[in-house]
Amino acid sequence: MSQWRSSSSLPAVVAIFRKDVRTEVRTRQMFSSMFVFAVLVLLVFNFTLLLDEIRAIELGPGILWVAFVFAATLGLNRSFAIEGENRCLSGLMLAPAPRSAIYFGKLLSNVLFMMAMEIFVLPLFVVFFNLSLWELLTPTELATFFLVLVLGTVGYAAVGTILAAVASNTTMREVLLPVLLFPISVPIVIAAAEATRLLFDENPDTGPWIWIRVLLVFAAVFLIVSWLTFEYVIEE
Amino acid sequence: MNLNPAPPAFAARRLTKRFGRSTALREIDFELEAGRCHVLFGRNGAGKSTLLLIAATLLRPSSGEIFFGGDRYQDLGDEVRRGIGLVSHQSFLYPDLTVLENLEFYGRLYGCSPQKLTASEALDWADLDLRRHSPVRSLSRGMLQRLSVARALLHRPKLLLLDEPYTGLDALSSERLSTRLSDAKGETSILLTTHDVDRGVSIADRISILEAGRIAFDATGATAPEVKRLLLEVREIAR
Repeated sequence: MSQWRSSSSLPAVVAIFRKDVRTEVRTRQMFSSMFVFAVLVLLVFNFTLLLDEIRAIELGPGILWVAFVFAATLGLNRSFAIEGENRCLSGLMLAPAPRSAIYFGKLLSNVLFMMAMEIFVLPLFVVFFNLSLWELLTPTELATFFLVLVLGTVGYAAVGTILAAVASNTTMREVLLPVLLFPISVPIVIAAAEATRLLFDENPDTGPWIWIRVLLVFAAVFLIVSWLTFEYVIEE
Repeated sequence: MNLNPAPPAFAARRLTKRFGRSTALREIDFELEAGRCHVLFGRNGAGKSTLLLIAATLLRPSSGEIFFGGDRYQDLGDEVRRGIGLVSHQSFLYPDLTVLENLEFYGRLYGCSPQKLTASEALDWADLDLRRHSPVRSLSRGMLQRLSVARALLHRPKLLLLDEPYTGLDALSSERLSTRLSDAKGETSILLTTHDVDRGVSIADRISILEAGRIAFDATGATAPEVKRLLLEVREIAR
């Protein structure tokens, strides 16, 4: 059997990512459910809190991230549900690549779908809470805000993807994922919301970078732990 | 006299598999000769599917060792799966993708090249060329089974594992599958489970009967009536 070449993850990661994107473009199941849910969360907060501009700057970032993470949880649940039909996950596990390739393929597609949802939800947040990002933020702050969006999304997807794999092997998938995910992802959500609030605040006590570093550390830790443990999570 | 025979395509030594308190396989020793077709018979729950899933590296043994081409699985790593094809009870196919998209996806996973040519060959064999752009969700049970076999053969595996592959196939498709498997022998080593004794015996070079996680009978050249009689005897002894 020495004729077999050493395995590489990249072709499998790319194949899984392309397959997920193709499936989503065809069905739009993940994006539509995430988008509708995020908009509903924003609407509920908007009509129940009736915020003025100052309060909107204080509370808006938290509300925005609550909308993002609640909606993303719906999408993450769906991410491994499609692998359960016809036991496609076993088909992926037969691939001649490290099983972490499944994790990274799924992570890439989850990040893409979450970012797409966030890009569509963000203008609605601006409208609902009457916050003009162009007036509130300088170009540098705007770039920093998008960095926070990316890091928060990657961090949440990193832990959410592996927990979705754990939950997919159980009969109470839809319930188990949020129960596991919300407590573990608290540092990510707090850091993202705080960094966003400090960016929106015209006279902040401190800069957002301490929270951005927290985001970076947690995203890196979740990625490494997930990479090392994914094989054991999906077997049997 | 051949002093240097080819190592078995797949072998298990004192292989045990437990699921909680129940034991699916009990210290079995098993060898699949390279290039041959080995058919496993046995009633439901005898351990046939578990043995196939362990051979496919989808399940880890509770104890014992497994070998591919004479090398221990632990020494070969993930790349060993490039040489394995599996037809299971489930198709592993994505319902929302088309027939062609599914085959191309699995082609990419295995690094098949050029993918479209390989997929076209597989479609031709599965007799699904006219349905290549149909979503898998729209296929009948038999079509799905044919596509599942085509998926498993796509990367030309050296070890082909088939768990009741005749399920859902009509007589013509079953005949085509038997012919395809007979043609593949030599280049491909085949481990197959089936309840269809006549078909199984017709393509088998060796047969084994599993009962309660143990190999109760193992032989070459057994006829279908002999196998049917042995299956009944094994069941009686088990009672």
